[in-house]
Amino acid sequence: MVRLVDRDRPSIAFMLDGAAATAQEGDTILTAVLTARDRLAEANGIDGPRAGFCQMGACQECWVIADGRPVRACGTLLAAGMRVTTDRHAARG
Amino acid sequence: MAEPRIVVVGAGPAGIRAAEVLATHRLPLVLVDEAPKGGGQIYRRAPDAFRRPYAARYGFEADKAQALHDAIDRLAGRIDYRPSTLVWNVFDRHLDTVSDGRTGRIAFDVLVLATGAMDRVLPIPGWTLPGVYTLGGAQIALKSQGCAVGKRVVFAGTGPLLYLVAYQYAKAGASVAAVLDTSPAATKRRALAGLAASSGTLAKGLYYWAWLAARRIAVEEGVTDIGIVGDEAVRAVRYRRDATEKSIPCDAVGMGFGLKSETQLADLAGCEFSFDPPSRQWLPERNADGESSVPGVYVAGDGAGIGGADAAELWGERIGLAVAARCGRAPDAARIAAIDRGLASLARFRAAIDRAFPVPPPETWSDRDATILCRCESIRIGEAKAAVRDFALVEMNRLKAVTRIGMGRCQGRMCGLAAAELLARDTGQPLAAVGRLRGQPPVKPMPIPWTTEA
Repeated sequence: MVRLVDRDRPSIAFMLDGAAATAQEGDTILTAVLTARDRLAEANGIDGPRAGFCQMGACQECWVIADGRPVRACGTLLAAGMRVTTDRHAARG
Repeated sequence: MAEPRIVVVGAGPAGIRAAEVLATHRLPLVLVDEAPKGGGQIYRRAPDAFRRPYAARYGFEADKAQALHDAIDRLAGRIDYRPSTLVWNVFDRHLDTVSDGRTGRIAFDVLVLATGAMDRVLPIPGWTLPGVYTLGGAQIALKSQGCAVGKRVVFAGTGPLLYLVAYQYAKAGASVAAVLDTSPAATKRRALAGLAASSGTLAKGLYYWAWLAARRIAVEEGVTDIGIVGDEAVRAVRYRRDATEKSIPCDAVGMGFGLKSETQLADLAGCEFSFDPPSRQWLPERNADGESSVPGVYVAGDGAGIGGADAAELWGERIGLAVAARCGRAPDAARIAAIDRGLASLARFRAAIDRAFPVPPPETWSDRDATILCRCESIRIGEAKAAVRDFALVEMNRLKAVTRIGMGRCQGRMCGLAAAELLARDTGQPLAAVGRLRGQPPVKPMPIPWTTEA
């Protein structure tokens, strides 16, 4: 995803799979991750990488762990300092 | 007599208008919504940090969006409004909910389900690649996050949303590589010819089309065999038109083939469903008051059949008035008659839209055995076909039992309608004969550690 409009929001720092990353205030976790890199979950033995799909809480493809709790990335706002883990199996809860 | 306990589920156009009418008639109610902010999907609100004005975000619908948001903001302090709350079950006149990790239960005597809709999607090669989103998802990225789904986007599928989202992207400065519509130009001309030129919605649609054409954005109509090319990222979209194979380089795709109703809660509430041939889906039955086959359970807006946001607002208001009457209030009969006229007119328009943008039949899909059909469980079309043949499957819930199609985390929201189309074709049955996936609680996944009360 690429930022197109409303790009001058304050930046916030968070941890993405153990590495420091930055996003913007008002970002969902999905936006924060997909503006930092091109995928949410890596390929596994069954199929390829994924990056969410519906962005409205229906497809259930964007579950991640945020501060130790499983959440849907598309419907959860990023908070400053949040620790986001995208391991696909961990996120399945 | 004590006032009945009224619960409205969903704070989109239908749910907000229903709640507003009930509050006006001084009826206590609970309004439950999964989102943190009311407005629904089409008028989805952005988080507070976003400053873009309504006109930029919602275009021609800015006034309607603003009015609806004002309505929920006015209501929020006057009713029992519970945002960020998922209803995951309906059973024995109560709803089971989860909010911020806590489970809850809400008893009701009257239930208004305004659960909305999502994109109808079809399994096309490459549709699980990063960079591929539903049209609705691509629109939400822009509207509520200020993002485009890629640097160079192809929009593919059919329906009014295809043109609207392409227009919104291009207008916001995104690069739109092409619009690929499976509906042929002649089909649309025939279907829409009978509509009054004064129809505002039609005029807007034509405006988007002309706007795209004026900017030399390729609009291809009557395309088939759409596929997305790429190994770990989107590189192009290929398709066929007039027997010619074409390919357009891009790094993202927005796809959708019309909309489908979110009917899981109506199913769990025990509502009778019937097959709706124009939209090729099963829908809860409802009478002129919007009441389902279950007394006291009403189905409003797109969750009861796709009608669009204007119809959803009217249905919400109409059901609000019906519930008010049920509760001994004296609603405005003239207003009810006016709403019914409005809904009848919108229903005629919707019928033309269904004819103009038909769901493409499986023969026109790029139907390859290796294409993933069920995204949750990575089940491929070929695996489903083999199971249909080997187990002599003729019905959707048997297909689910044997293949796990529809059993994954999305509960068949993504693959269910497409799997039914394939099953019907492969068994030579009409679509209605293969049935529909039964709803199961929880209607969306809930992390198990959350379900235990502290």
